[in-house]
Amino acid sequence: MIPIENYIWLSTALFTIGVLGVLFRRNAIIVFACIELMLNAVNLLMVAFSSYLNDATGQVFVFFIMAVAAAEVAVGLAILVMMYRNTKSVDIDILNRLKG
Amino acid sequence: MNALFVICGIGVFSLLAEVFNWKKWVTLISFIGICVAIGVLLLDWRSVSYYYHGMLFFDRFAMAFTGLILVISVFWYWMSVDFFKGVAHRTDKSALVFFVIAGAIMMVSFNNMAVLFLGIEILSISLYVLAGSDKENLFSTEASFKYFLMGSFATGFLLFGITLVYGATGSFNIVSIADVISSSKDLPRFVYIGVLLIMVGLAFKISAVPFHLWAPDVYQGAPTPITALMSTVVKIGAFAAFVKIFSVSFIRFSFSLLLFEQGLMVLTLVIANVTAVFQSNLKRMLAYSSVAQVGYLLLAFSSDNAHSSGTIFYYLTAYALASILAFTVVQIIENAKGSANISHFQGLLKGSPLMAIAMTIAMLSLAGIPPLAGFFGKYLVFTLSVSKGFVGLTAVAVITSLIGVYYYFKPIVVMCQSEGQPISISNSQKALLIILIFLNLLIGIFPDLIRIV
Repeated sequence: MIPIENYIWLSTALFTIGVLGVLFRRNAIIVFACIELMLNAVNLLMVAFSSYLNDATGQVFVFFIMAVAAAEVAVGLAILVMMYRNTKSVDIDILNRLKG
Repeated sequence: MNALFVICGIGVFSLLAEVFNWKKWVTLISFIGICVAIGVLLLDWRSVSYYYHGMLFFDRFAMAFTGLILVISVFWYWMSVDFFKGVAHRTDKSALVFFVIAGAIMMVSFNNMAVLFLGIEILSISLYVLAGSDKENLFSTEASFKYFLMGSFATGFLLFGITLVYGATGSFNIVSIADVISSSKDLPRFVYIGVLLIMVGLAFKISAVPFHLWAPDVYQGAPTPITALMSTVVKIGAFAAFVKIFSVSFIRFSFSLLLFEQGLMVLTLVIANVTAVFQSNLKRMLAYSSVAQVGYLLLAFSSDNAHSSGTIFYYLTAYALASILAFTVVQIIENAKGSANISHFQGLLKGSPLMAIAMTIAMLSLAGIPPLAGFFGKYLVFTLSVSKGFVGLTAVAVITSLIGVYYYFKPIVVMCQSEGQPISISNSQKALLIILIFLNLLIGIFPDLIRIV
């Protein structure tokens, strides 16, 4: 059996890649994809723990995360379309009109 | 619990109203519905119990905060009747607002990490849409997009934290987590990382510095009623969730977490109060002020993790009442003059004295001037933290609240200058202003009325 530490390191690596993508990429679609990567890293780790602990609740939680992530992306893409209609761009550097 | 059903029921009713063409009834039914929910909550007051296999737990804490959320929602609904006047998407907006309230109630009554997560998401996803509900307006779009990015980013951190804690303790139930943490000798190291990640995720939601960067932009860009909703109902829900999770699950780590809580608190107080001084838009200034208030709440919470909920409840009540009063006036001014710049408040005292008085009361209460509610909020927080020996931190808080007095007085000074045209307001708005002024005074003069938690 693969030790649980390996799963933790793998998920942490995936999660970190997601975080770095959100912080450094400028294209809104890629930022969305990176947020999905973060959530899926969580899903992977949750399933690994669930199997390791012989406890099904973790897997049920994964279904919740998947459903919510789908809803979130649906709303997010709608907002992105609205932004594209107003600015004709999906570059997040354009979002600097609100300033103090 | 039944209050939660009533609120969800009205949300679903609002969605159905679009289909069955009951649009003209939506506002009335929503208003009555919130009042019914308050009544149901009062009936349930004595029955402390678990629901759904212990996933929801309505104790005095949850019921008090639910009551606060519902009462503030009534005033919110009253102030933003105009927001629902437009023909387009009236029912959708109403439904989304009710899902926000339902999410906030779940966030104060959860007993399981899954319910916390679902509550936060039901609240956040509805708010992303509501923040962008003014579709033609570039600012509203930008606010909505920024809020979405920051919100889902924070959710990622929260979830990773929940997963690590689950891996270490084998449970999502917040009481079982506390039991495992306090009984086991050798916890895996990653549980500490998990707890910190949960704190980061929730700090985004309560907008504590340095995770506050979205708040001013979103508050300024979103339609004013939605800004009022975010700075009252959502803030109450998020802070109560923060208090609940760290005072129940991770109470054993309270000593190790103290440093982080105090760090957040000092940064929040100093940065938010200093930045607020330089704002010329009142909505943006109120955004920084609402970030700054989180600093005082964190001071109360970090002083005494287990027994500070009464103080926090009082502080949040005072803050929410003052804040909704301020936003009512800001909304009227913004509708009349096009934006919420502080210069637009010139001559308000001569033009429409009632609004000027309301704004003054709100600002004085937020600044913490006696005999208003905000003063006793700050007084309770400072006495709590001094009695626990955090004199230095209390001094920081007192100094920053003096900076606060400076920027809260800016609109008051502007209102007293020069002549102004009267701004016409409807009778219902007048009644709302008078009731809110009265409540701000009442709770300030008789603070024992609501010290129930």
